[in-house]
Amino acid sequence: MDEYALIMRHEDGKKIASPEQMERWMKQTMDWIGSIAAQNKFVSGTGLPFDGARVVATKNSKPVVTNGPFGEIKETIGGFIVVKADSIDEAVEFAKGCPVLQGEGNSMEVRRIAKNDGVH
Amino acid sequence: MHRQELIPHLFRTEFRKITAVLCKLFGIEHIELAEDIAGETFLSALENWPYKGIPENPVAWLYAVAKNKAKNHIHRNKIFTEKVAKQLILGSSTFEDVDIDLSEKNITDSQLQMLFALCHPSIPAEAQVGLSLRILCGFGIDEIANAFLTNKETINKRLFRAKEKLRTEKVKIEFPSKEDIDDRLEIVLTTLYLLFNEGYYSESEDAILREDLCSEALRLVCLLIENKQTNQPDVNALFALMCFHASRFRARKNEKGEMILYEDQDDTLWDQDLITKGSYHLHEASQGNKISKYHLQATIAYWNTRKQDTKEKWENILQLYNRLLQLEYSPIAALNRTYALSKANGKQQAIIEAEKLNLTGNHFYFTLLGELYTDIDDKKGKTKFSTSFVIRKNANRQTNDPKKIR
Repeated sequence: MDEYALIMRHEDGKKIASPEQMERWMKQTMDWIGSIAAQNKFVSGTGLPFDGARVVATKNSKPVVTNGPFGEIKETIGGFIVVKADSIDEAVEFAKGCPVLQGEGNSMEVRRIAKNDGVH
Repeated sequence: MHRQELIPHLFRTEFRKITAVLCKLFGIEHIELAEDIAGETFLSALENWPYKGIPENPVAWLYAVAKNKAKNHIHRNKIFTEKVAKQLILGSSTFEDVDIDLSEKNITDSQLQMLFALCHPSIPAEAQVGLSLRILCGFGIDEIANAFLTNKETINKRLFRAKEKLRTEKVKIEFPSKEDIDDRLEIVLTTLYLLFNEGYYSESEDAILREDLCSEALRLVCLLIENKQTNQPDVNALFALMCFHASRFRARKNEKGEMILYEDQDDTLWDQDLITKGSYHLHEASQGNKISKYHLQATIAYWNTRKQDTKEKWENILQLYNRLLQLEYSPIAALNRTYALSKANGKQQAIIEAEKLNLTGNHFYFTLLGELYTDIDDKKGKTKFSTSFVIRKNANRQTNDPKKIR
């Protein structure tokens, strides 16, 4: 069984949701993760808060650090979880349940974890 | 209490105390000797009490006999006298003076130190649990085998190897150092958690025995709470969990020893003192920022001390199970989470989730499905209940029948 990262991508990280909306998303996200964990397929995961975030880029061969906002980058990553799955298809099924997808333009990226696979 | 019940009862509570004190005195390398002397003490009781009657103070009788046997052994056994007795803590005194201290304080100290000695990191976790159940809880080998779902032979081998390891590692019976205490404590808590569950979920009809196990587990956790260094948040959380569960002890079985489901329990029989005690320790557990599985389970158990079916209750329980499962998966937590989901989010969603659980060998799984389909598709619900019944009957045939024949 492989491990896959399910990465939550937001189309626009600047959108501000109401506290009620945030709370609803939080519950849905917890229920989604709980569902995967109840199948014994959850490995780890975390949200990635925007506040206090930094972007490090290179300009004229020098690192440039900005506080965001992430306006220049179209997409931002809101968090990820790592799951166990027999196939990429099973991992995709898990990803389909993520409440992030309720936001128009948001997406889930599903990537196999290379660590410990004997190749990487 | 009749004699037939009294000796097993005393064995459960006193065997380990005698063993702990003697082992502390002799050193861990003589753990078997300590067990043997404690065992012989009970053999004497079995031989004497039927004829001479039960002594007025059976515990004092056992302690006196154990002391004599230990002293006799020291006298009798030349090797032991030459090699071991010299190294006894009271090395300079003569053997007649060897103080076998079965005072409450020394029993407590010895047991606490033994608890940590047995949970030494040099031996595998499973063996630590087994050893603790044997030495500190007076469990029989067959009971341990049952708890681990394996056979006596495997357990005997495992315990033997563990004792060898304790000997070769020269593990000292002492309190762990400050750096080690957290890791060592975690294993100790697992052992005590198992001990409690053995009593709480046992299908034994012997109500005294079951309550004994639970109260012994509570007592051992209490030992840890009473000690300043081990009075940690997760210890308090475990204690709270045990209190909340134990509060329903009298309400969850009828006179015939049959289970009464939570919904049907008479909640006036719930022990409010234990619930209050549990709430106090859950509050104590909230100090610090670590949330252990015991915190989550204790908080779930707290919500279950409120019988009223509220949206708030089930939403809280669902979120607690969501977090618990991320920390540690177990089939029972997965099933309970799905039940909470049906209460919080509705049966339709819970059915979809339940079908994903892949626990088709578990009769509780089909009971849950039966419950979920009731009022939605009663015919399907009935089929699920009968599947559950069949799985359970087959499992009983495999595990319980040989016992009944004996």
